[in-house]
Amino acid sequence: MSGLHLSRLALSHFRSHHRTEISVDARPVAIYGPNGAGKTNLLEAVSLFSPGRGMRQAAAQDMVRRPEALGWKVSGILHSDGRAHEVAHKSENGNPRQVSIDGKTAAQTALGRLSRVLWLVPSMDRLWIESAEGRRRFLDRMTLSFEPAHADLSLDYAKAMRERNRLLKDQVRDARWYAALEAQLARTGAQIHQNRLTALEALRQAQDGAETSFPTADLELTHNDSELPDTENALREALAASRSRDMIAGRTLIGPHRADLVGTYSAKGVPARDCSTGEQKALLISLILANARALAADLGTPPIVLLDEVAAHLDETRRAALYDEICALGAQAWMTGTESGLFEALGDRAQRLMVSDSAGTSKVVTVGLLA
Amino acid sequence: MMAKLPGLGPRSARRAVLHMIRKRALVLTPLSEVMATVAATARECLNCGNVGTADICDICNDPKRENGQMCIVEDVADLWAMERSGVFKGRYHVLGGTLSALDSIGPDELRIPRLMSRIGPEAVQEVILALNATIDGQTTAHYIADQLEGQVSVTSLAQGVPIGGELDYLDDGTITAALNARRPV
Ligand SMILES: Nc1ncnc2c1ncn2[C@@H]1O[C@H](COP(=O)(O)OP(=O)(O)O)[C@@H](O)[C@H]1O
Ligand SMILES: [Mg+2]
Ligand SMILES: [Zn+2]
Repeated sequence: MSGLHLSRLALSHFRSHHRTEISVDARPVAIYGPNGAGKTNLLEAVSLFSPGRGMRQAAAQDMVRRPEALGWKVSGILHSDGRAHEVAHKSENGNPRQVSIDGKTAAQTALGRLSRVLWLVPSMDRLWIESAEGRRRFLDRMTLSFEPAHADLSLDYAKAMRERNRLLKDQVRDARWYAALEAQLARTGAQIHQNRLTALEALRQAQDGAETSFPTADLELTHNDSELPDTENALREALAASRSRDMIAGRTLIGPHRADLVGTYSAKGVPARDCSTGEQKALLISLILANARALAADLGTPPIVLLDEVAAHLDETRRAALYDEICALGAQAWMTGTESGLFEALGDRAQRLMVSDSAGTSKVVTVGLLA
Repeated sequence: MMAKLPGLGPRSARRAVLHMIRKRALVLTPLSEVMATVAATARECLNCGNVGTADICDICNDPKRENGQMCIVEDVADLWAMERSGVFKGRYHVLGGTLSALDSIGPDELRIPRLMSRIGPEAVQEVILALNATIDGQTTAHYIADQLEGQVSVTSLAQGVPIGGELDYLDDGTITAALNARRPV
């Protein structure tokens, strides 16, 4: 998957963009413009070049430009392994997004064979202090970047769980039915757990081996009650043993869906949730960079990285350090900020796009560097 | 009406209808007669759930098909797919769906009790589960295997089958290979 990057991107009726076409090279892309101009929408379009619902977790029908609301299309040329692929995403009449690769309809999972996209968005700033669900999603996205099959596994697990929860709510007492579902939960659940541990280990190694000016985050996977049984058989037995307790609760109380990710600022030994806002952000950046480095080692190419409003939270030194690390990594990083000055330290190591709003329609222009 | 049929979009439905009207004598009239016959005579086999014109289908009536093997499928389309490949010589049992608590389909909504009552009388020695690789399909397979434990040997089609892939969509060669490489569960 070497040399992963986009060279062309076209948005049609996608959110605030009526018709936006840009050409870029493999360097980082610095995007600036006022609030509400359409910068994040542009990043969201790029996030669709990986399996899933994109970085806003939005449904396809929310991405359509209003008020027309007819349909939208995002297409681009994706370079992967020295080959250029025409990738298009579209949604019509509120239907789910359809993907085509080189003119042929493809499953979303096929994108996972061509590309990896990682992102950091402002809504993740409160990740360490908000609910475990957000941290699980963060962990699973990182895990998915190493192991694309994690997505289907998670869907299967969730499906079996909904089935079991329905039995519990309906007070069904057919032990054989529970056992059949618990076999599916144990098979997928143990694999999910294993994938997460493998991803955490890859991140740990990538953080250990790196020269970085961002603080190392120690990550630990926890489960609300004691340890999660980590073999398929043990998990199946634990689920069976938990049936009567679960029936009272009306839901399944053990399993990887109850996991949490505890982060610690290594050097200080302070839990991430107690760190300053800036420190919490720095820990997230550190993890994204580690994820990108680990992927680069794994796949032979860094992923595409989306950093929304990242520059704003960093002081000048940190900002310069971030740019240096991204350039060293060689990733096509799409970064947004309100001022062009935020990207000054990048010099000619990045290309620039200026985004503005004109009567509800985003305009994007490529800006040349002034000599 | 036609466009509501599975596999037919509004466009192909319109084309089919136009074709039938243009060739009224050649296509439409004979077709409507066949359809009327089917509507009057088609029924589910009381024994296995296959679709035929009698209370008991040809396969259940054929003593040669009582070879000790019984293949469990979700629906009749899967049975037909297996028959097309011609490799399976035993009897079938059509469940009529899969277990799904969310859709209120339990063991009694499927033909699972009927399946259990066939094992002895039809001298079944091996039950071959040919259920889809979906969560519902696999849950159902597990349920049946559990219930049959100790009575007969239970095997499952080898999953050279794509995940979530449905039997009906597989070609004959793939079905043959999956049957030959079946393994105990
Ligand atoms: N489906 C949509 N149709 C039309 N406009 C939209 C849609 N979704 C979001 N917008 C608008 O897009 C504008 C730009 O959003 P965004 O890209 O987040 O701005 P920013 O440049 O600050 O990152 C917002 O004003 C928002 O109202
Ligand atoms: Mg924004
Ligand atoms: Zn029959």
